[in-house]
Amino acid sequence: MSFPFLSIIVFSPVVGALIIAALPKEKHLAIKLVAVVSAFISMVLSIYVFFDYDQAAGGMQFEEQIRWIPSLGISYHLGTDGISLPLLLLTGIIIFCGVLISWEKDVRPKEFFAFLLILVAGVFGVFVSLDLFLLFVFYELAVLPMYLLIGGWGWPVTREYAAMKLTLYLLVGSSIALIGILAIYFEAGLGTFDIMTLSQVGFTPLFQYLFFLPIFVGFGVLAGLWPLHTWSPDGHVAAPTAVSMLHAGVLMKMGAYSALRVGIFILPIGAQKWLPWIVVLTVVNVVYGSMVAFAQKDFKYVIGYSSVSHMGYVAMGLASMTVIGISGASLQMFSHGIMTGLFFAVVGLIYRRTHTRQIPELGGLARKMPFVAITFIIGGMASMGMPGLSGFVAEFQVLAGTWQAYPAIAAISLIGIVITAAYIIKVSYKVFFGSLKSEYEGISAVSTIEKVALFIMAALLIIVGLYPSILLDVINTGVVPIMMRLR
Amino acid sequence: MTLSQILALLAPELILAITGLVVLVLDMVWRDEKKKEWLLYVTLVGLVGTLAAIVTLWHQAAVLFSGIYTVDMFALLFKLIAIVGTGLVVLSAIEFMRGRTPYPCEFYSLLLFATLGISLIASATDLILIYLAIELLSITSYILTGYLRQDPKSNEAAIKYFLYGAVASAVMLYGMSLLYGATGSTNLNQIAMALGPANASLQEIIFPAVIFLLVGFGFKIGAVPFHQWAPDAYEGAPTPVTAFLSVGPKAAGFAVLVRVFLVALPSFQPDWILLLSVISVVTMTLGNLVAIWQKNIKRMLAYSSIAQAGYILLGMVATSTLGITSLVFYMFTYLFANLGAFIIIIAFSNGGGGDSVEDYAGLSQRSPGLALAMLLCLLSLAGIPPLAGFIGKFYLFAAIMKDGLIWLMLIGVLNSVISLYYYLEVVRQMYIIPPKAEEPVSSTSKALSGALLITMIGVLLLGLYPAPLIELIRVAACAFLSG
Amino acid sequence: MSFPILTVIILTPLLGSIAILFIPKERDRLVTRLSIAISFVVLILAIVLVVSYDKVAGGMQFVEEYSWIPTLDVFYRLGVDGLSVPMIFLTALLTLLCIFYSSYTIKEKVKQYFMLFLMLEMGMFGVFLSLDFILFYVFWEVGLVPMFLLIAFWGGKRRLYASIKFFLYTLTGSVGMLLAILGVYLNTGTFSIMEAASLQPFVDNWPLAVLVFWGFFIGFAIKVPIFPFHTWLPDAHTEAPTSGSVILAGVLLKLGAYGLMRIALPLFPQVFGYFSYNVPIIPILAVISIVYGALICVAQWDLKRLIAYSSVSHMGYVTLGISAAAASLAQSGNSDLVTSAIIGLNGAAMQMFTHGIITGALFFLVGVIYERAHTRELRDFGGLANRVPYYYAMMMVTGLASLGLPGLVGFWSELFVFRGTFGIIPIFACIGVIGVVFTAVYILWKIIQHMFLGEFSQKKWDQATHHAPLSDLEWWEKVTLWPLVTIMIGLGLYPTPILNFLNSAAVTLLDKLQ
Repeated sequence: MSFPFLSIIVFSPVVGALIIAALPKEKHLAIKLVAVVSAFISMVLSIYVFFDYDQAAGGMQFEEQIRWIPSLGISYHLGTDGISLPLLLLTGIIIFCGVLISWEKDVRPKEFFAFLLILVAGVFGVFVSLDLFLLFVFYELAVLPMYLLIGGWGWPVTREYAAMKLTLYLLVGSSIALIGILAIYFEAGLGTFDIMTLSQVGFTPLFQYLFFLPIFVGFGVLAGLWPLHTWSPDGHVAAPTAVSMLHAGVLMKMGAYSALRVGIFILPIGAQKWLPWIVVLTVVNVVYGSMVAFAQKDFKYVIGYSSVSHMGYVAMGLASMTVIGISGASLQMFSHGIMTGLFFAVVGLIYRRTHTRQIPELGGLARKMPFVAITFIIGGMASMGMPGLSGFVAEFQVLAGTWQAYPAIAAISLIGIVITAAYIIKVSYKVFFGSLKSEYEGISAVSTIEKVALFIMAALLIIVGLYPSILLDVINTGVVPIMMRLR
Repeated sequence: MTLSQILALLAPELILAITGLVVLVLDMVWRDEKKKEWLLYVTLVGLVGTLAAIVTLWHQAAVLFSGIYTVDMFALLFKLIAIVGTGLVVLSAIEFMRGRTPYPCEFYSLLLFATLGISLIASATDLILIYLAIELLSITSYILTGYLRQDPKSNEAAIKYFLYGAVASAVMLYGMSLLYGATGSTNLNQIAMALGPANASLQEIIFPAVIFLLVGFGFKIGAVPFHQWAPDAYEGAPTPVTAFLSVGPKAAGFAVLVRVFLVALPSFQPDWILLLSVISVVTMTLGNLVAIWQKNIKRMLAYSSIAQAGYILLGMVATSTLGITSLVFYMFTYLFANLGAFIIIIAFSNGGGGDSVEDYAGLSQRSPGLALAMLLCLLSLAGIPPLAGFIGKFYLFAAIMKDGLIWLMLIGVLNSVISLYYYLEVVRQMYIIPPKAEEPVSSTSKALSGALLITMIGVLLLGLYPAPLIELIRVAACAFLSG
Repeated sequence: MSFPILTVIILTPLLGSIAILFIPKERDRLVTRLSIAISFVVLILAIVLVVSYDKVAGGMQFVEEYSWIPTLDVFYRLGVDGLSVPMIFLTALLTLLCIFYSSYTIKEKVKQYFMLFLMLEMGMFGVFLSLDFILFYVFWEVGLVPMFLLIAFWGGKRRLYASIKFFLYTLTGSVGMLLAILGVYLNTGTFSIMEAASLQPFVDNWPLAVLVFWGFFIGFAIKVPIFPFHTWLPDAHTEAPTSGSVILAGVLLKLGAYGLMRIALPLFPQVFGYFSYNVPIIPILAVISIVYGALICVAQWDLKRLIAYSSVSHMGYVTLGISAAAASLAQSGNSDLVTSAIIGLNGAAMQMFTHGIITGALFFLVGVIYERAHTRELRDFGGLANRVPYYYAMMMVTGLASLGLPGLVGFWSELFVFRGTFGIIPIFACIGVIGVVFTAVYILWKIIQHMFLGEFSQKKWDQATHHAPLSDLEWWEKVTLWPLVTIMIGLGLYPTPILNFLNSAAVTLLDKLQ
């Protein structure tokens, strides 16, 4: 058997967490080093896998398969294709940056980093699982550490409420999806949970109509699908910085990815039946999310709702059921992941120094932290779909796909772009420009470690924006086969 | 069949009975308190012996005493659950009992007899033996519940348990007599033959009989509406006994339920499936909803175990091989997770902690190990991967789904989300709320740590690598349903 | 492969702006000198382009084409024709002058200012050179951001309001345009502007063609701006720094008109013609822009706002000329109609160029007086003719060019526009001419009369300006203004050089469409 890259990517954080658990809790530096090293290993390997993927051959690669629970046909089956590769890469980058951003964390770092790494293992796992059962296991594995991280290290005012709300919402969602998963398993009657095998089964249209919805909506909860999104801004806001980054940056993609991989991939006819309805929800996501973001006074809530809005594009791209739309959705997942990771990192940096997130109380911070201001503005421009940055290519494709299928929806969603521009401008101006409050004169400078994290993310937005083929070629090798099956 | 063969087949029960008697007698004979310490080891040796006996009987199948007593894999698996459970309870009880009662050794012997009861129930295929075995288990349980004579709560719990239990037994006995009246036999196989394929004329007798039997069985497994004893008994009983009650009688109840209904009453399957599915839904929903409001952790776990009984009943509703497999497998996962949680409660109260959920505040900072173990147990009970409880629940839901009972599964999964709410309340206390005291919970004894370790291994191993056990159970379930 | 001059023209300002990034921010003089040098190099390149463009052959030249995002069929396609060459020259010239002028007037955040200015230049070049829809859109938006920042950071009191209004208006227009681009792509399967034009999208789907056309049209109309989408313009101009206003009026507004000619007309000749002739919404809007803009000017007392509204009015001529050419397509063709259409289109294109030169000069002149008086209220001035004769002369020439005095450049473009329009949709030409009358009114009466004529009252001046010293033009202000004035006079006397370019483009365009 070839070298198990994917397993190492998934389990490197687990091993890191175990080592951290074994370390004495006073050794902060050792704990952080273990965390950063294990995240680094995952990141480097995910980059390696990304570039080593044979685009010409396409399909699933780096496969690993071990029988796990044979009586139900469950196996430990990993593999990656064009759709999951960028997400793998994204997760690697975000966790690495997230650990860097959390470098100054001194409150119970041992548990914090251990939970963070377990969470990431779950996320990696979802993206590489080719077995429905395994996917579900990793999916839920990622949710629980979230509860502890938000509850334990979050913003004291709302963390308990937000953590509980998030956990219950997500688990209700996954429970509903589980119904669909089991239904697929028994309907196929092949005694296997293998996604690739199941995707070859021609389910009856009636079955697909019935069970597409629970799967898509169940996973859609995690993707922030309106009106089931309310957990997400609360969760984002309450979470500590690194967790917000992972949460909005990666975790929400897990929902969209699973909806795609399980829902559309296995039940394409059901998807065709339902998505014209779901696409209406997604446009509400986009427009409503951006409007609410505009109305917020709390910096972090702005970003939280902007995620709702941007994830709407992901769902919209998927719902368009076109090659260009789905590949746009995949790119948007990557792009939004990096962008929102950057945003939350900036919010966290500012909050740690000013101890407020109320936009009216901030101002003029560009003078104290010009580097942060520049990276935030780059992220902001990516967010409003400025050409030359990754958000443009992604949203453009989503729009192209949606326009092909539902022109009116695409037109309405444009309102979202304009409002996004409005709130991004408003926020960046009010936070970074204007006059600096005297009490913020003495705030500490941004450390090099933090700058490295911000730089990586901002640079990626530009690189992908200028040369999107680096991701798009890979994504298309994954998307095209899915769409071929629909014909 | 020769006597030696019979004795070999009865070895587990014989060892249990003899050990129980030896402990009882030696406790009486020996005056020296130091010497009595040895009785603990006698008990443990007896349990290990029983375990060995069960393992030697592995994959055997036999019917003894003209059909009264059956040895098969199904029974052996339940016996295994009982022995492992009792062993863990004994290990964790040493420290707890030492400080609270002057008679620790009788406690062990009572536990052994209760285990004997469970063991017999698992094998019994005759209504008379079933009744006797259930009574053996019940009576020992009553005594165990009231074991702390000086503690009024313990006494109250015992009385309540006894009163409910007596009524339930009486009703169940009445149900048995109806069955006997209708079929002229107390043997399960003969009852099945007499009833034939859906003998409509007997419907009017069999239906009440089924309900009356369910009262007795439901009492044992703690299913709604026969659950009211559980919270009080759980709260009042000494915690090790609570741990035992949450696992032992429940296992026995399910063993007998499966055996009686599937062997004796298959022709009335549609009737009792409907009944059981309603009971299952009500049990899990009520258990979970009431558990949310509990402030006492033992009471909370009592309601939680009521809800768990509801899930397990799903396996019975499915009736298929998959259903029975999932039922037995879930009993194993439940055994480890629930006992694990109780062992931690025991450890916590040994260290001077209270029984209120709020007493667990900041445990993760005081004793990270205990907190982590509790976290794993609770999450396993809630069914979060990659822990044992998840695989168990997944199997149960899969079994239900296979029968196309989507609505039942939906209720089941939503219930597990509800249950997460109160499990997370404990987690919240342990991990999020700052501790009231800084010092760690005083170090626990080696025996208790060992017991805890075993449960943790169980919770993790059955989650990560459940295949061997599932395969074993599946074979047993196949054999059971086909024979 | 030949020398990729277009890429070099786009990249030089970008590289310059990156180079400035690495200059320490205390070294302002180095920054300004480097910026001037770079924009000068760019101007030389633009002149090289002007000289080496083969007017006889016409069509697209210096074409470059590389695959950019293969999965989306997006290419990096550049090319110039007779329409874009003068625009490139205009952009390069105005940018150089602005940077030169700013190097003396901008004192705050110097480094950022010049970086943004060079990036702005890149964006504008990109729009004029792109032959790929996506690339076009990319540069369209890239130009938006620096302009927004220029207003937001170096603007006047209400700069935030004005800049956001500017940004959101334009962005709203461009997202609509984005949708239209997608519509074209999905219909033709290409992002190439030329290819799409030859494929004529939506010929068999009239409603969708109308929808997509309006998507483009509104996007461009906001930028031009055509009434009623013009309301952002006076605010943006009033708050922008002088150089910002110059570029905004001189080049950015032309992007919209350029889009109409490069995209809306070639891709949708029938639709454009339909809405110019059968249902003449577009000429009506153009005429309203002309007359209404001029009337507002007459009523304005803020000099800068007045110039801003005059842009609305003058850009109306451009729209009118284009719509006249479009209207000719909706009628059964005879040779007179074609001649009129070519003349109208030539006029529109020339008006773009001349308006860029003239308004650029006007905004510089506003900046000059504002630097001194810190007021732009016309009633505060009076009798300046004697005190600042040099300034007066400059203003006089520019103002007269603006009102279309024969012998100056503005005359030709207006003449062509009206001549062309008259041959096709005469009624609108007749109404539009009213605008010329009002233009004369506000130039002569409002500006010349109120500012320069009459008696100079030191007391009034002191009161209005808080005792600001009044001096005539500095040398660098003269250097800034002279090139523009020279062009006004030079091309006014001999417009053939520029007409050669424009005519080749107009003929090619209309040939294809007929």
